[in-house]
Amino acid sequence: MSEEERIKAYNKYVKAKIPKTRPFPTLFNSFWVGGLICLIGQGINDLLLYLVPNLSEQAAWSYTLIILIFIAAFLTGIGVYDKIGRFAGGGTIVPITGFSNSITSPSIEFKHEGIIYGICVKMFTIAGPIIVFGVVSSAFVGLIYYIIGLFM
Amino acid sequence: MKCGTIKFKKQPKIIGAYSIVGPKEGQGNFKDYFDYIMKNDLFGEKTYEKAERKMIENAITGAIQKAKLSIKDINVLVAGDLLNQIISSSYAARAFNFPYLGVYGACSTIAESIAVASILVDGGYFENVVCCTGSHFSTAERQYRFPLELGNQRPPVSQWTVTGAGSCVLSLNGKGPRVTMATFGKVIDWGVVDVNNMGAAMAPAAMDTLLSHFKNSKTTPDDYDLIVTGDLGKLGSEMLIDLMEDKGVKLGVNYGDCGQMYYRRDQQTLCGGSGCGCSATVLNSYIMRKLQDGQYKRVLFMPTGALLSTTATQQGESIPGVCHAIVIEGDEG
Repeated sequence: MSEEERIKAYNKYVKAKIPKTRPFPTLFNSFWVGGLICLIGQGINDLLLYLVPNLSEQAAWSYTLIILIFIAAFLTGIGVYDKIGRFAGGGTIVPITGFSNSITSPSIEFKHEGIIYGICVKMFTIAGPIIVFGVVSSAFVGLIYYIIGLFM
Repeated sequence: MKCGTIKFKKQPKIIGAYSIVGPKEGQGNFKDYFDYIMKNDLFGEKTYEKAERKMIENAITGAIQKAKLSIKDINVLVAGDLLNQIISSSYAARAFNFPYLGVYGACSTIAESIAVASILVDGGYFENVVCCTGSHFSTAERQYRFPLELGNQRPPVSQWTVTGAGSCVLSLNGKGPRVTMATFGKVIDWGVVDVNNMGAAMAPAAMDTLLSHFKNSKTTPDDYDLIVTGDLGKLGSEMLIDLMEDKGVKLGVNYGDCGQMYYRRDQQTLCGGSGCGCSATVLNSYIMRKLQDGQYKRVLFMPTGALLSTTATQQGESIPGVCHAIVIEGDEG
């Protein structure tokens, strides 16, 4: 057997051997926890509109997001969010709370390396790519929107 | 002389062994054998890196004390760990007034350091040599993986880095189990790229070292009371059994893996323990005790190491593995 064939055969063997993640419980947990977070968000939004009648809908959304981000950052700080995340997986990563967690957790982790080289540099190690893709894709969509507007 | 397995003529003895582990490890399967169990992961320090260093310092002092020697009797320290530039060992060595040899073999470091120390002692160049390695879950996580508080899920093949340090003193004088043989391993890479699946990356290295050890020393698996790998984990050790069977060697009930045995099932470590501390603490607690009791006469101890770095894997490199084997025999008579 040549070196290349052996590597191929071994990797095939390894792939067959590794335990698979069980899809049903994983997806189910991420579905209901993720849904619950969205429900809480909607609840906060409705409550804000109810308590402050002359608040615009746009402003209420912003306040809701800020509150959700704060809650997630707080739960990360007291060491609870990672436990929920281990249980719920994608359900806690996809909502904005997951984004908050991805910024807060490296900031806590690297605080001993100092404010500049620790917190500020490492803060975006996980969220960085998300921000870059968000900005680039929104610029791209904006460009398409502008071009379409020229012919309408 | 042909390159292969070293057979020590004077057979250096392990006259003192000491292990120190974290609280999670202190609830695992070997909890009754450790010398010291830390109450929390920080060990009274400000950062986890400092805690790891303190663990190594304490392990070295503990082993010297258990060997009934004092610091000034020690001629050289052979140590290593997982952090970049092996800082934990080097900074720990700063606290002691003896020369220091830093070694790195990832999770196989303890076998590498004992083999090197045995050569130094057997050759008559040094009288008393200390070996030490350690690892810390929190420092390894942040170097190799993600921040601790990030809410991600661990893949089913992943392993849990052991928080702990193990140390032992080798000498020709005194009483204790003897190091009789050592086989240094080749770096083997069979193209595994999944950084979570270290067991699969290291199993071929273990197979290679095991085969060459059996061939060079003219022994078979039945000649050992225990053949133990370091941190192949649940999956990797099964792979080693399969690989060996393909080569016509059957590993039976006397084969085990420290990582697989380390934690209880309900501790949620998935494929088991890993890290320098995994094999080092099991060797310097459980295995040493059993050798001293006479329950084991001859142990083949062969931890494996995955020689990766985050830079290399991010550049698409596969994970090379290495495995060093040492044979430890119980007290004569």
